[in-house]
Amino acid sequence: MTNSALAFPASGAGTWRQHPLVVRYAPIVTIVLALITIWYVAAVLMNLALVRGGFEREETPYTVSELIAGTMSAERPLLPAPHQVIAAFTDSVFGYVPTAPRSLVYHSMVTLSATLLGFALGAVLGIVLALMIVHSRVLEKSLLPWIICSQMVPILALAPIFVVVLGVMGLQGLLPKSIISAYLCFFPITIGMVKGFTAPDPMQLDLMRTWSATPRQVLAKLRWPSAVPYLFASLKVAITISLIGAIVAELPTGAEAGIGARLLAGSYYGQTIQIWSALLASAILASGLIGLVDLAERLVGLRMGARP
Amino acid sequence: MPKLLKPSDPGVTLRPDRREPFVARSEPARMNKTAKSDSLPQRLAVDVRDVSLTFETSDGKVDALSNVSLQIAEGEFVSFIGPSGCGKTTMLRVIADLQQPSVGTLLVNGVSAEQARLERRYGYVFQAPALFPWRTIEKNLKLPLEIMGFPDSEQAQRAARYLALVNLTGFERKYPWQLSGGMQQRVSIARALSFDPALLLMDEPFGALDEIVRDHLNEQLLQLWGKTGKTVLFVTHSIPEAVFLSTKIVVMSPRPGRIIDVIDCNFPRDRALEIRETPEFLKIAQRIRVGLRAGHSYDE
Repeated sequence: MTNSALAFPASGAGTWRQHPLVVRYAPIVTIVLALITIWYVAAVLMNLALVRGGFEREETPYTVSELIAGTMSAERPLLPAPHQVIAAFTDSVFGYVPTAPRSLVYHSMVTLSATLLGFALGAVLGIVLALMIVHSRVLEKSLLPWIICSQMVPILALAPIFVVVLGVMGLQGLLPKSIISAYLCFFPITIGMVKGFTAPDPMQLDLMRTWSATPRQVLAKLRWPSAVPYLFASLKVAITISLIGAIVAELPTGAEAGIGARLLAGSYYGQTIQIWSALLASAILASGLIGLVDLAERLVGLRMGARP
Repeated sequence: MPKLLKPSDPGVTLRPDRREPFVARSEPARMNKTAKSDSLPQRLAVDVRDVSLTFETSDGKVDALSNVSLQIAEGEFVSFIGPSGCGKTTMLRVIADLQQPSVGTLLVNGVSAEQARLERRYGYVFQAPALFPWRTIEKNLKLPLEIMGFPDSEQAQRAARYLALVNLTGFERKYPWQLSGGMQQRVSIARALSFDPALLLMDEPFGALDEIVRDHLNEQLLQLWGKTGKTVLFVTHSIPEAVFLSTKIVVMSPRPGRIIDVIDCNFPRDRALEIRETPEFLKIAQRIRVGLRAGHSYDE
């Protein structure tokens, strides 16, 4: 058995299995196909009662194949079939000009701008807090419990309060959403950067001391560069959280635009297909954002002499 | 590969074993040694008087140093030898003002240890190279110079000069992980010398290297010392290394950390590895061994 398995690549019949494209993509394709199959089966099972009820109400006779076809083309199914979601998604992405309120691109852009602003605010806040905590014992003891507490309150409960308070202060639209998003995403950055700023080797810190470097020089030339790997690890976590924050912030505010608004409208009117295509949009957005952070990490790594 | 000196270059003397010279010859040692050793009132590079240092640990006090006194003249090469826990590293850290003594006074180059550190009077070489992995070799060499505010042109000039001194010209753009352990430690020695401190403190710099590399670096360090005329304080726990390198050997013993013997070691400055076979060398090695054994008999 072992022998024949080892000899297999040379035999010619199995060479396609060793093709680099197959080796690389076969696992991914297999998983995707499996998921889609499970999704279809689930769609049939979940929508069955609904479709059967529809036929019985209209007292039309139906066959099994009609029933199954019905579960995959219902207008408001419990679980839409993948092709319905894809169709709705492509229609709402490509079917309208990107500025139209029915275009998913438009809504994604609204959420994306809140996400990016919130991410930037959160990153700055997270790094500043980490600097303060690393800088002084007193601040660590007084700040850290509050930072942890801040993350224990459910954001869904806090978001309306934020919106109301900020509304009174005259802030509306993009900024309240960004602040809620920043409130969620600064936390992993603070924790990561506290770890990063304290990452230098004691020997490296001693070296800086023998050169009588100022605290600012130690920060700029040792602590910052040592913290870079931790920074990117926490940025990757933070950017997805800030997207979630921006979407959540759109729910209680009754926003008219944004992925959150699409989700909310979809659930009001039982438009499950619309909900799922909005979810698909947010998933694509999230992977794109992580991809960007990944790319930035690799570019910075190149400049900092990381091993290829 | 680094640019090597050719035998035809002026000032190059070919070594009989034809191994690559570590120190590029450029100028003779700048100190007039004979005149210096004759004149009695030498300036002291390090003056330690009755220094004690006690650590508080979870299981009681530890006497890292107990009533240590030591005078080191300028230009000497002093080795500290002893078993682990004898306070030799602590001694070096106290001189470097990385740790403060509990009692006693300490002068480095005639000023307090803190003052000497603030004035950047010494270069420190640790057990590990401790290079900054995100900086190229050249940038690593420039780091202390940047911190001390040397002008850019001088930074580049010094980096080139000291890289050449440890025979690593050509490696400027490499990152530390691309160099071997011995090369990295040479970079860290060049870095310690780059701002031209009067004193070089070395804490088991070759401890992590294998014997062959270590022998080689020992010879090269001797040449470097002969060439720069620095005062060197060198911590080791290898007896042959201590005898081979030093003009003075300080034997220490643990619990409490103290000096039990100071041995003068007057081999010529341009000694070769072969002196390790001579009776004088073995005699000094034997004396160190006896001292270390006596120090140990307290707790066994």
